[in-house]
Amino acid sequence: MNAAGAVQIVVMTLVAGFALGVVLTREPLHQAIVFALFGLVLGVLFLVVQAPDVALSQIVVGAVAWPAMVLFTLAKARERERRNGRGRR
Amino acid sequence: MTTRARFVLMAAGIAGLAALLVWGTGGLQPFGHGQSKYAAYLNANAVHQRHATNVVSAVTFDYRGFDTLGEEFILFAAVMGVTLLLRSQLDERDDAPRDRAEGRRAVDTSDAVRVAALGLIGPSVLLGLYVVAHGTITPGGGFQGGVVLAAAPLLLYLSGRYLLLKSVHPMHALDLTEGTGAGGFTVVALTGAAVGSAVMANFIGKGQMGSVFSGGTLPVFNVLVGLEVAAGLTLVLYEFLEQTLVVRRS
Amino acid sequence: MSHVAYWLTVWLFAVGLYGVVTSRNYVHMIMCLSVVQSSTYVLILEVGYRHGSTAPIFLDVPVGTPAVDPVVQSLVLTDVVVGVVVGALLLSLALQAHKRTGTLDPHDLRTLVG
Repeated sequence: MNAAGAVQIVVMTLVAGFALGVVLTREPLHQAIVFALFGLVLGVLFLVVQAPDVALSQIVVGAVAWPAMVLFTLAKARERERRNGRGRR
Repeated sequence: MTTRARFVLMAAGIAGLAALLVWGTGGLQPFGHGQSKYAAYLNANAVHQRHATNVVSAVTFDYRGFDTLGEEFILFAAVMGVTLLLRSQLDERDDAPRDRAEGRRAVDTSDAVRVAALGLIGPSVLLGLYVVAHGTITPGGGFQGGVVLAAAPLLLYLSGRYLLLKSVHPMHALDLTEGTGAGGFTVVALTGAAVGSAVMANFIGKGQMGSVFSGGTLPVFNVLVGLEVAAGLTLVLYEFLEQTLVVRRS
Repeated sequence: MSHVAYWLTVWLFAVGLYGVVTSRNYVHMIMCLSVVQSSTYVLILEVGYRHGSTAPIFLDVPVGTPAVDPVVQSLVLTDVVVGVVVGALLLSLALQAHKRTGTLDPHDLRTLVG
Protein backbone atom coordinates (compact mmCIF):
# COMPACT_ATOMS: atom_id res chain seq x y z
CA MET A 1 0.00 0.00 0.00
CA ASN A 2 1.57 3.26 -1.13
CA ALA A 3 0.73 6.83 -0.14
CA ALA A 4 -1.73 7.33 -3.03
CA GLY A 5 -3.68 4.26 -2.00
CA ALA A 6 -3.83 5.41 1.62
CA VAL A 7 -5.16 8.84 0.59
CA GLN A 8 -7.75 7.18 -1.62
CA ILE A 9 -8.98 5.00 1.23
CA VAL A 10 -9.29 8.01 3.54
CA VAL A 11 -11.20 10.08 0.97
CA MET A 12 -13.49 7.19 0.03
CA THR A 13 -14.33 6.68 3.69
CA LEU A 14 -15.12 10.39 4.00
CA VAL A 15 -17.40 10.24 0.94
CA ALA A 16 -19.24 7.25 2.41
CA GLY A 17 -19.63 9.06 5.74
CA PHE A 18 -20.89 12.31 4.25
CA ALA A 19 -23.35 10.44 2.03
CA LEU A 20 -24.85 8.91 5.15
CA GLY A 21 -24.91 12.37 6.70
CA VAL A 22 -26.79 13.82 3.73
CA VAL A 23 -29.45 11.14 3.96
CA LEU A 24 -29.86 11.22 7.74
CA THR A 25 -30.07 15.01 8.03
CA ARG A 26 -33.82 15.34 7.72
CA GLU A 27 -34.08 19.14 7.99
CA PRO A 28 -33.48 20.37 4.40
CA LEU A 29 -31.81 23.61 5.47
CA HIS A 30 -29.17 21.74 7.49
CA GLN A 31 -29.00 19.08 4.82
CA ALA A 32 -28.02 21.66 2.21
CA ILE A 33 -24.84 22.39 4.18
CA VAL A 34 -23.97 18.70 4.64
CA PHE A 35 -24.71 18.23 0.96
CA ALA A 36 -22.28 21.01 0.02
CA LEU A 37 -19.58 19.30 2.10
CA PHE A 38 -20.43 15.97 0.44
CA GLY A 39 -19.98 17.64 -2.94
CA LEU A 40 -16.59 19.00 -1.91
CA VAL A 41 -15.35 15.62 -0.63
CA LEU A 42 -16.64 13.97 -3.80
CA GLY A 43 -14.61 16.51 -5.77
CA VAL A 44 -11.52 15.60 -3.76
CA LEU A 45 -12.19 11.91 -4.51
CA PHE A 46 -12.29 12.71 -8.23
CA LEU A 47 -8.99 14.52 -7.79
CA VAL A 48 -7.30 11.53 -6.14
CA VAL A 49 -8.46 9.14 -8.86
CA GLN A 50 -6.66 11.41 -11.35
CA ALA A 51 -9.70 13.15 -12.80
CA PRO A 52 -8.96 16.89 -12.42
CA ASP A 53 -11.44 17.88 -15.12
CA VAL A 54 -14.31 16.22 -13.30
CA ALA A 55 -13.12 17.46 -9.92
CA LEU A 56 -13.18 21.03 -11.17
CA SER A 57 -16.82 20.88 -12.25
CA GLN A 58 -17.88 18.81 -9.24
CA ILE A 59 -16.38 21.22 -6.69
CA VAL A 60 -17.98 24.31 -8.24
CA VAL A 61 -21.32 22.59 -8.80
CA GLY A 62 -21.39 20.88 -5.41
CA ALA A 63 -20.24 23.81 -3.33
CA VAL A 64 -21.95 26.71 -5.13
CA ALA A 65 -24.74 25.84 -7.57
CA TRP A 66 -26.54 23.07 -5.68
CA PRO A 67 -26.67 24.76 -2.25
CA ALA A 68 -27.73 28.07 -3.78
CA MET A 69 -30.64 26.51 -5.65
CA VAL A 70 -31.74 24.51 -2.63
CA LEU A 71 -31.63 27.57 -0.38
CA PHE A 72 -33.67 29.63 -2.86
CA THR A 73 -36.25 26.84 -3.13
CA LEU A 74 -36.58 26.59 0.65
CA ALA A 75 -36.83 30.37 1.01
CA LYS A 76 -39.66 30.47 -1.50
CA ALA A 77 -41.52 27.56 0.10
CA ARG A 78 -41.21 29.03 3.59
CA GLU A 79 -42.32 32.48 2.58
CA ARG A 80 -45.34 31.02 0.83
CA GLU A 81 -46.26 28.95 3.88
CA ARG A 82 -45.96 31.96 6.14
CA ARG A 83 -48.14 33.99 3.81
CA ASN A 84 -50.82 31.31 3.55
CA GLY A 85 -50.91 30.88 7.33
CA ARG A 86 -48.84 27.79 8.10
CA GLY A 87 -49.35 26.47 4.60
CA ARG A 88 -51.17 23.21 5.28
CA ARG A 89 -54.74 22.96 4.24
CA MET B 1 -50.21 -1.80 3.64
CA THR B 2 -48.99 -0.50 6.98
CA THR B 3 -46.01 1.81 7.25
CA ARG B 4 -44.08 -0.89 9.06
CA ALA B 5 -44.69 -3.52 6.39
CA ARG B 6 -43.67 -1.05 3.74
CA PHE B 7 -40.46 -0.29 5.61
CA VAL B 8 -39.57 -3.98 5.88
CA LEU B 9 -40.26 -4.48 2.18
CA MET B 10 -38.08 -1.48 1.31
CA ALA B 11 -35.23 -2.62 3.55
CA ALA B 12 -35.30 -6.10 2.05
CA GLY B 13 -35.36 -4.67 -1.46
CA ILE B 14 -32.43 -2.35 -0.88
CA ALA B 15 -30.41 -5.09 0.87
CA GLY B 16 -31.09 -7.46 -2.03
CA LEU B 17 -30.13 -4.82 -4.57
CA ALA B 18 -26.93 -4.02 -2.68
CA ALA B 19 -26.02 -7.72 -2.55
CA LEU B 20 -26.62 -8.02 -6.29
CA LEU B 21 -24.47 -4.96 -6.96
CA VAL B 22 -21.61 -6.26 -4.79
CA TRP B 23 -21.81 -9.57 -6.64
CA GLY B 24 -21.93 -7.77 -9.97
CA THR B 25 -18.94 -5.51 -9.35
CA GLY B 26 -16.98 -8.67 -8.46
CA GLY B 27 -16.95 -9.40 -12.17
CA LEU B 28 -15.15 -6.16 -12.99
CA GLN B 29 -11.39 -5.80 -13.27
CA PRO B 30 -9.91 -5.22 -9.80
CA PHE B 31 -9.73 -1.52 -8.91
CA GLY B 32 -6.66 0.08 -10.46
CA HIS B 33 -5.85 -2.72 -12.90
CA GLY B 34 -6.47 -3.10 -16.58
CA GLN B 35 -7.60 -0.50 -19.05
CA SER B 36 -9.77 -0.58 -22.14
CA LYS B 37 -8.08 -0.68 -25.54
CA TYR B 38 -9.98 2.45 -26.50
CA ALA B 39 -8.46 4.41 -23.61
CA ALA B 40 -4.98 3.15 -24.40
CA TYR B 41 -5.38 4.13 -28.04
CA LEU B 42 -6.61 7.62 -27.17
CA ASN B 43 -3.86 8.23 -24.63
CA ALA B 44 -1.26 7.18 -27.19
CA ASN B 45 -2.62 9.02 -30.24
CA ALA B 46 -5.01 11.83 -29.33
CA VAL B 47 -2.29 14.39 -28.64
CA HIS B 48 -0.72 14.00 -32.08
CA GLN B 49 -3.99 13.62 -33.95
CA ARG B 50 -5.74 16.63 -32.42
CA HIS B 51 -2.88 18.78 -31.03
CA ALA B 52 -4.73 18.90 -27.70
CA THR B 53 -2.70 18.13 -24.58
CA ASN B 54 -5.89 17.64 -22.55
CA VAL B 55 -7.12 14.30 -23.90
CA VAL B 56 -10.36 14.55 -21.90
CA SER B 57 -11.28 17.69 -23.84
CA ALA B 58 -10.43 15.99 -27.13
CA VAL B 59 -12.70 13.06 -26.20
CA THR B 60 -15.54 15.32 -25.06
CA PHE B 61 -15.67 17.54 -28.13
CA ASP B 62 -14.20 15.33 -30.83
CA TYR B 63 -13.91 11.57 -30.43
CA ARG B 64 -17.14 11.28 -28.45
CA GLY B 65 -18.54 14.63 -29.56
CA PHE B 66 -21.92 13.23 -30.50
CA ASP B 67 -22.61 12.35 -26.86
CA THR B 68 -21.81 15.90 -25.89
CA LEU B 69 -24.23 17.20 -28.50
CA GLY B 70 -26.93 15.16 -26.77
CA GLU B 71 -25.91 16.34 -23.30
CA GLU B 72 -26.02 19.87 -24.62
CA PHE B 73 -29.67 19.50 -25.50
CA ILE B 74 -30.54 17.86 -22.19
CA LEU B 75 -29.09 20.97 -20.58
CA PHE B 76 -31.01 23.24 -22.92
CA ALA B 77 -34.30 21.42 -22.35
CA ALA B 78 -33.83 21.37 -18.57
CA VAL B 79 -33.14 25.12 -18.45
CA MET B 80 -36.24 25.69 -20.57
CA GLY B 81 -38.30 23.54 -18.19
CA VAL B 82 -37.08 25.44 -15.13
CA THR B 83 -37.86 28.76 -16.81
CA LEU B 84 -41.37 27.68 -17.79
CA LEU B 85 -42.19 26.26 -14.36
CA LEU B 86 -40.82 29.15 -12.35
CA ARG B 87 -42.13 31.98 -14.52
CA SER B 88 -45.62 30.57 -14.13
CA GLN B 89 -45.25 30.98 -10.36
CA LEU B 90 -44.32 34.66 -10.58
CA ASP B 91 -47.95 35.79 -10.49
CA GLU B 92 -47.98 35.52 -6.70
CA ARG B 93 -46.48 38.97 -6.53
CA ASP B 94 -49.79 40.81 -6.44
CA ASP B 95 -51.64 39.06 -3.66
CA ALA B 96 -48.79 39.50 -1.20
CA PRO B 97 -49.93 41.00 2.10
CA ARG B 98 -48.54 44.37 3.10
CA ASP B 99 -48.79 43.94 6.86
CA ARG B 100 -45.36 42.55 7.57
CA ALA B 101 -44.53 42.85 11.25
CA GLU B 102 -41.47 44.94 12.08
CA GLY B 103 -39.58 42.17 13.86
CA ARG B 104 -39.92 39.80 10.94
CA ARG B 105 -37.74 41.67 8.50
CA ALA B 106 -34.96 39.66 6.95
CA VAL B 107 -31.58 40.33 8.52
CA ASP B 108 -29.43 42.63 6.42
CA THR B 109 -26.30 41.18 4.88
CA SER B 110 -23.22 42.23 6.83
CA ASP B 111 -20.81 44.70 5.25
CA ALA B 112 -17.99 42.16 5.44
CA VAL B 113 -19.96 39.72 3.26
CA ARG B 114 -20.84 42.49 0.82
CA VAL B 115 -17.25 43.64 0.40
CA ALA B 116 -15.91 40.10 0.12
CA ALA B 117 -18.52 39.15 -2.47
CA LEU B 118 -17.93 42.32 -4.47
CA GLY B 119 -14.20 41.75 -4.42
CA LEU B 120 -14.58 38.14 -5.56
CA ILE B 121 -16.65 38.92 -8.67
CA GLY B 122 -13.64 39.99 -10.75
CA PRO B 123 -11.43 37.02 -9.86
CA SER B 124 -14.24 34.51 -10.46
CA VAL B 125 -14.97 35.95 -13.92
CA LEU B 126 -11.27 35.91 -14.72
CA LEU B 127 -10.93 32.31 -13.51
CA GLY B 128 -13.98 31.26 -15.51
CA LEU B 129 -12.68 32.81 -18.72
CA TYR B 130 -9.24 31.28 -18.14
CA VAL B 131 -10.70 27.81 -17.58
CA VAL B 132 -12.84 28.06 -20.74
CA ALA B 133 -9.98 29.36 -22.88
CA HIS B 134 -7.41 26.76 -21.79
CA GLY B 135 -9.71 23.75 -21.99
CA THR B 136 -7.69 22.02 -24.69
CA ILE B 137 -4.39 22.44 -22.85
CA THR B 138 -4.97 22.04 -19.11
CA PRO B 139 -7.85 20.63 -17.03
CA GLY B 140 -10.92 22.69 -17.75
CA GLY B 141 -13.13 23.61 -20.66
CA GLY B 142 -16.54 24.96 -21.48
CA PHE B 143 -18.49 22.95 -18.93
CA GLN B 144 -16.27 23.72 -15.94
CA GLY B 145 -15.54 27.33 -16.91
CA GLY B 146 -19.21 27.99 -17.58
CA VAL B 147 -20.10 26.90 -14.06
CA VAL B 148 -17.42 29.16 -12.58
CA LEU B 149 -18.73 32.07 -14.65
CA ALA B 150 -22.26 31.44 -13.41
CA ALA B 151 -21.02 31.93 -9.84
CA ALA B 152 -20.30 35.60 -10.54
CA PRO B 153 -23.94 36.79 -10.69
CA LEU B 154 -24.52 34.89 -7.46
CA LEU B 155 -21.74 36.93 -5.85
CA LEU B 156 -23.37 40.06 -7.24
CA TYR B 157 -26.53 39.03 -5.41
CA LEU B 158 -24.60 38.42 -2.18
CA SER B 159 -22.97 41.82 -2.45
CA GLY B 160 -26.42 43.42 -2.31
CA ARG B 161 -26.20 44.80 -5.85
CA TYR B 162 -28.98 42.59 -7.08
CA LEU B 163 -31.14 45.52 -8.12
CA LEU B 164 -28.24 46.66 -10.27
CA LEU B 165 -28.29 43.27 -11.98
CA LYS B 166 -32.03 43.52 -12.39
CA SER B 167 -31.89 47.01 -13.84
CA VAL B 168 -30.19 45.72 -16.99
CA HIS B 169 -33.03 43.20 -17.55
CA PRO B 170 -30.69 40.25 -18.08
CA MET B 171 -33.39 37.67 -18.88
CA HIS B 172 -33.53 38.32 -22.61
CA ALA B 173 -29.77 38.63 -22.90
CA LEU B 174 -29.40 35.31 -21.05
CA ASP B 175 -32.01 33.61 -23.24
CA LEU B 176 -30.18 34.88 -26.29
CA THR B 177 -26.72 33.85 -25.05
CA GLU B 178 -27.90 30.39 -24.13
CA GLY B 179 -29.55 29.95 -27.51
CA THR B 180 -26.41 31.20 -29.25
CA GLY B 181 -24.33 28.64 -27.38
CA ALA B 182 -26.61 25.70 -28.20
CA GLY B 183 -27.32 26.83 -31.76
CA GLY B 184 -23.69 27.62 -32.48
CA PHE B 185 -22.66 24.21 -31.18
CA THR B 186 -25.10 22.53 -33.58
CA VAL B 187 -24.02 24.72 -36.50
CA VAL B 188 -20.33 23.94 -35.97
CA ALA B 189 -21.16 20.24 -35.52
CA LEU B 190 -23.14 20.15 -38.77
CA THR B 191 -20.48 22.16 -40.60
CA GLY B 192 -18.19 19.26 -39.79
CA ALA B 193 -20.56 17.03 -41.75
CA ALA B 194 -20.73 19.46 -44.67
CA VAL B 195 -17.03 20.26 -44.94
CA GLY B 196 -15.41 17.20 -43.43
CA SER B 197 -16.38 13.60 -43.09
CA ALA B 198 -19.02 13.42 -40.37
CA VAL B 199 -21.00 15.39 -37.81
CA MET B 200 -18.56 16.94 -35.29
CA ALA B 201 -15.62 16.30 -37.64
CA ASN B 202 -12.65 18.47 -36.71
CA PHE B 203 -12.33 20.59 -39.84
CA ILE B 204 -10.15 23.51 -38.69
CA GLY B 205 -6.33 23.50 -38.80
CA LYS B 206 -4.94 21.96 -35.62
CA GLY B 207 -2.57 24.83 -34.78
CA GLN B 208 0.54 24.97 -32.64
CA MET B 209 0.46 22.43 -29.80
CA GLY B 210 0.02 24.08 -26.40
CA SER B 211 -1.35 27.32 -27.84
CA VAL B 212 -4.82 28.57 -26.89
CA PHE B 213 -5.89 28.12 -30.52
CA SER B 214 -4.66 24.53 -30.83
CA GLY B 215 -7.00 21.63 -31.41
CA GLY B 216 -9.01 22.84 -34.42
CA THR B 217 -12.69 22.98 -33.47
CA LEU B 218 -12.03 22.10 -29.81
CA PRO B 219 -11.62 25.70 -28.55
CA VAL B 220 -14.64 26.77 -30.62
CA PHE B 221 -16.80 24.12 -28.95
CA ASN B 222 -15.32 25.04 -25.58
CA VAL B 223 -16.32 28.68 -25.97
CA LEU B 224 -19.82 27.82 -27.23
CA VAL B 225 -20.43 25.35 -24.42
CA GLY B 226 -19.01 27.87 -21.95
CA LEU B 227 -21.55 30.42 -23.23
CA GLU B 228 -24.41 28.00 -22.96
CA VAL B 229 -23.55 26.62 -19.53
CA ALA B 230 -22.80 30.05 -18.05
CA ALA B 231 -25.96 31.62 -19.48
CA GLY B 232 -28.14 28.59 -18.75
CA LEU B 233 -27.04 28.23 -15.15
CA THR B 234 -27.23 31.99 -14.56
CA LEU B 235 -30.74 31.96 -15.99
CA VAL B 236 -31.73 29.13 -13.65
CA LEU B 237 -30.25 30.90 -10.61
CA TYR B 238 -31.85 34.17 -11.72
CA GLU B 239 -35.26 32.53 -11.98
CA PHE B 240 -34.88 31.08 -8.47
CA LEU B 241 -33.74 34.50 -7.20
CA GLU B 242 -36.74 36.17 -8.79
CA GLN B 243 -38.94 33.80 -6.80
CA THR B 244 -37.43 34.68 -3.44
CA LEU B 245 -37.15 38.37 -4.22
CA VAL B 246 -40.78 38.58 -5.20
CA VAL B 247 -41.72 37.58 -1.72
CA ARG B 248 -39.00 39.57 -0.01
CA ARG B 249 -39.81 42.87 -1.68
CA SER B 250 -43.49 42.69 -0.89
CA MET C 1 -8.00 -3.03 -2.03
CA SER C 2 -9.05 -4.63 -5.33
CA HIS C 3 -12.83 -4.86 -5.41
CA VAL C 4 -13.54 -3.19 -2.09
CA ALA C 5 -13.34 0.23 -3.77
CA TYR C 6 -16.42 -0.63 -5.83
CA TRP C 7 -18.40 -1.22 -2.64
CA LEU C 8 -18.35 2.54 -2.12
CA THR C 9 -20.62 2.91 -5.16
CA VAL C 10 -22.95 0.23 -3.80
CA TRP C 11 -23.02 2.06 -0.47
CA LEU C 12 -23.80 5.42 -2.11
CA PHE C 13 -26.56 3.86 -4.21
CA ALA C 14 -28.16 2.00 -1.30
CA VAL C 15 -27.92 4.87 1.18
CA GLY C 16 -29.28 7.38 -1.33
CA LEU C 17 -32.12 5.06 -2.25
CA TYR C 18 -32.97 4.60 1.42
CA GLY C 19 -33.11 8.40 1.74
CA VAL C 20 -35.37 8.75 -1.30
CA VAL C 21 -37.80 6.12 -0.04
CA THR C 22 -38.04 7.37 3.53
CA SER C 23 -37.95 11.08 2.69
CA ARG C 24 -40.68 13.34 4.06
CA ASN C 25 -39.68 16.41 2.08
CA TYR C 26 -39.21 16.81 -1.66
CA VAL C 27 -36.12 19.00 -1.28
CA HIS C 28 -34.56 16.35 0.96
CA MET C 29 -35.53 13.70 -1.56
CA ILE C 30 -33.89 15.54 -4.45
CA MET C 31 -30.59 15.79 -2.58
CA CYS C 32 -30.76 12.06 -1.77
CA LEU C 33 -31.41 11.37 -5.45
CA SER C 34 -28.27 13.34 -6.22
CA VAL C 35 -26.34 11.02 -3.87
CA VAL C 36 -27.67 8.05 -5.87
CA GLN C 37 -26.55 9.78 -9.05
CA SER C 38 -23.07 10.38 -7.67
CA SER C 39 -22.67 6.63 -7.14
CA THR C 40 -22.62 6.25 -10.92
CA TYR C 41 -19.92 8.90 -11.22
CA VAL C 42 -17.75 7.11 -8.67
CA LEU C 43 -18.27 3.71 -10.34
CA ILE C 44 -17.40 4.97 -13.81
CA LEU C 45 -14.30 6.81 -12.64
CA GLU C 46 -13.12 3.84 -10.57
CA VAL C 47 -13.44 1.55 -13.59
CA GLY C 48 -11.19 3.90 -15.56
CA TYR C 49 -8.58 4.30 -12.82
CA ARG C 50 -5.19 2.60 -13.05
CA HIS C 51 -2.56 2.45 -10.29
CA GLY C 52 0.53 4.58 -10.83
CA SER C 53 -0.98 6.56 -13.69
CA THR C 54 -1.27 10.30 -14.24
CA ALA C 55 -4.27 12.28 -15.38
CA PRO C 56 -4.71 12.10 -19.19
CA ILE C 57 -3.17 15.53 -19.68
CA PHE C 58 0.12 15.50 -21.53
CA LEU C 59 1.24 19.07 -21.07
CA ASP C 60 4.22 18.44 -18.82
CA VAL C 61 4.50 14.67 -19.11
CA PRO C 62 5.42 13.06 -22.45
CA VAL C 63 2.90 11.03 -24.45
CA GLY C 64 3.31 7.40 -23.48
CA THR C 65 3.28 8.04 -19.73
CA PRO C 66 0.70 5.66 -18.20
CA ALA C 67 -2.52 7.62 -17.82
CA VAL C 68 -6.04 6.86 -16.62
CA ASP C 69 -9.01 6.43 -18.96
CA PRO C 70 -10.01 9.77 -20.56
CA VAL C 71 -13.31 8.46 -21.98
CA VAL C 72 -14.95 7.87 -18.61
CA GLN C 73 -13.84 11.29 -17.38
CA SER C 74 -15.42 12.93 -20.40
CA LEU C 75 -18.70 11.15 -19.70
CA VAL C 76 -18.77 12.15 -16.04
CA LEU C 77 -17.70 15.76 -16.45
CA THR C 78 -20.55 16.61 -18.82
CA ASP C 79 -23.03 14.80 -16.64
CA VAL C 80 -22.01 16.62 -13.46
CA VAL C 81 -22.90 19.95 -15.06
CA VAL C 82 -26.05 18.68 -16.78
CA GLY C 83 -27.04 16.98 -13.52
CA VAL C 84 -27.19 20.23 -11.59
CA VAL C 85 -29.54 21.79 -14.15
CA VAL C 86 -31.75 18.71 -14.11
CA GLY C 87 -31.69 19.06 -10.31
CA ALA C 88 -32.93 22.61 -10.77
CA LEU C 89 -35.79 21.25 -12.87
CA LEU C 90 -36.70 18.83 -10.06
CA LEU C 91 -36.56 21.63 -7.49
CA SER C 92 -38.87 23.80 -9.55
CA LEU C 93 -41.25 20.84 -9.91
CA ALA C 94 -41.20 20.57 -6.12
CA LEU C 95 -42.03 24.27 -5.89
CA GLN C 96 -44.89 23.78 -8.32
CA ALA C 97 -46.25 20.90 -6.23
CA HIS C 98 -45.91 23.13 -3.17
CA LYS C 99 -47.87 25.86 -4.91
CA ARG C 100 -50.69 23.49 -5.82
CA THR C 101 -50.95 21.61 -2.54
CA GLY C 102 -49.28 23.77 0.09
CA THR C 103 -46.91 21.06 1.24
CA LEU C 104 -43.53 19.56 0.34
CA ASP C 105 -44.31 16.25 2.04
CA PRO C 106 -44.90 13.37 -0.40
CA HIS C 107 -47.12 11.60 2.14
CA ASP C 108 -49.54 14.52 2.40
CA LEU C 109 -49.58 14.83 -1.34
CA ARG C 110 -50.59 11.20 -1.66
CA THR C 111 -53.65 11.62 0.54
CA LEU C 112 -54.60 14.79 -1.30
CA VAL C 113 -54.58 13.03 -4.63
CA GLY C 114 -56.12 9.79 -3.40
